[in-house]
Amino acid sequence: MPSKTAAEDFFKGLWLENPVFRQMLGMCPILAVTNTVVNGLAMGLATSFVLVSSSFLISLIKKLIPSQVRIASYIVVIATFVTIADRLLAAYFWDISKALGPFVPLIVVNCIILGRAEAFASKNTVGRSVLDALGMSAGFILALFVLSSIREILGSGAFLGFRILGPWFEPWIIMVLPAGAFITLGIMMAISIQVERKRKRG
Amino acid sequence: MDLVSLLIGAILINNFVLHYFLGICPFLGVSKKIDAAMSMGLAVTFVMTITAVVSWLVNHRILIPYGLDYLQIVAFILVIASLVQLVEMFIRKTSPPLYQAMGIYLPLITTNCAIMGLALLAALKNYDFVEAVVFGVGSGLGFTLAIVLMAAIREQLDLADVPEPLRGAGIALIVAGIMALAFLGFSGVIK
Repeated sequence: MPSKTAAEDFFKGLWLENPVFRQMLGMCPILAVTNTVVNGLAMGLATSFVLVSSSFLISLIKKLIPSQVRIASYIVVIATFVTIADRLLAAYFWDISKALGPFVPLIVVNCIILGRAEAFASKNTVGRSVLDALGMSAGFILALFVLSSIREILGSGAFLGFRILGPWFEPWIIMVLPAGAFITLGIMMAISIQVERKRKRG
Repeated sequence: MDLVSLLIGAILINNFVLHYFLGICPFLGVSKKIDAAMSMGLAVTFVMTITAVVSWLVNHRILIPYGLDYLQIVAFILVIASLVQLVEMFIRKTSPPLYQAMGIYLPLITTNCAIMGLALLAALKNYDFVEAVVFGVGSGLGFTLAIVLMAAIREQLDLADVPEPLRGAGIALIVAGIMALAFLGFSGVIK
């Protein structure tokens, strides 16, 4: 879908081309780090940082990269920014860095980032690429936020670490386990497909 | 930890797909037919084993002795990308049907987080060389087990009357959730 205006470049990432619900990219972190909202948001922000920075740099140097080695070059660019994000998190937010474990370094293999580099940043101007990356990041954070909110509220009766449901609430342990992540995302996926079908029918 | 329980743990308990959520893309993408799932699983197992060997050598013989461990991410991804390229060339030459079956997912093994995750987890857990290799083989077999089981279930699901919005990704994720729940039963197998 070719987008024309700056607004479209940004907003398509939120819903029409949402990386998680529409393109099914970046599924691993979506499932792995959404047991609490704090983890989900931290992951979303770290991924956004890498996505926006690498889209910016790749669209800036796209003419300098020979097309045969472009994927390898993109990966090195992405890996560099991931290393920066990983070191920053470890230096200033040790607890979060510890909780996310190998998933911060694993941003390097998040298909959203390489996907946007290859599909968008390598073909478009710097400004549009940054807007596109911001939109995709927003869509990714949105998905992480919704899923981690559902899992934290149902799994521990809390939101952002504060208990919001009274003592009557028996936490659904399954929601903090891997199984809960899969099932919740499956249901969310079905809901998003249903909404999209309704919308298309008008 | 002895090697047998490390192996069983990597296959059944800390299953890469169902416990660590690594390699979800191929797990959902190539699990429609059992034979394709099997070849994907074997390709991943193969690449994982080699990755375990090479990344351990790179990490413990080059990066750590020279104080370069902050380059771990860049080094691992380059090692994996070149390994996958080699495996791809090898399979294309030796077995065109297998190459056909894996389609676009073979190059995608590069960005398969399971491979990168293996290299990172082995480094994080400070495995020695033998442990790292056993961990690699076990994780690959665990991935194969999960993806083949998934494909078997999805072949049956094709015959079932699934509500329309749930078709495809939705039902696959829910099935994966139930599988993860079933695999929890293994957690008492080793101490």
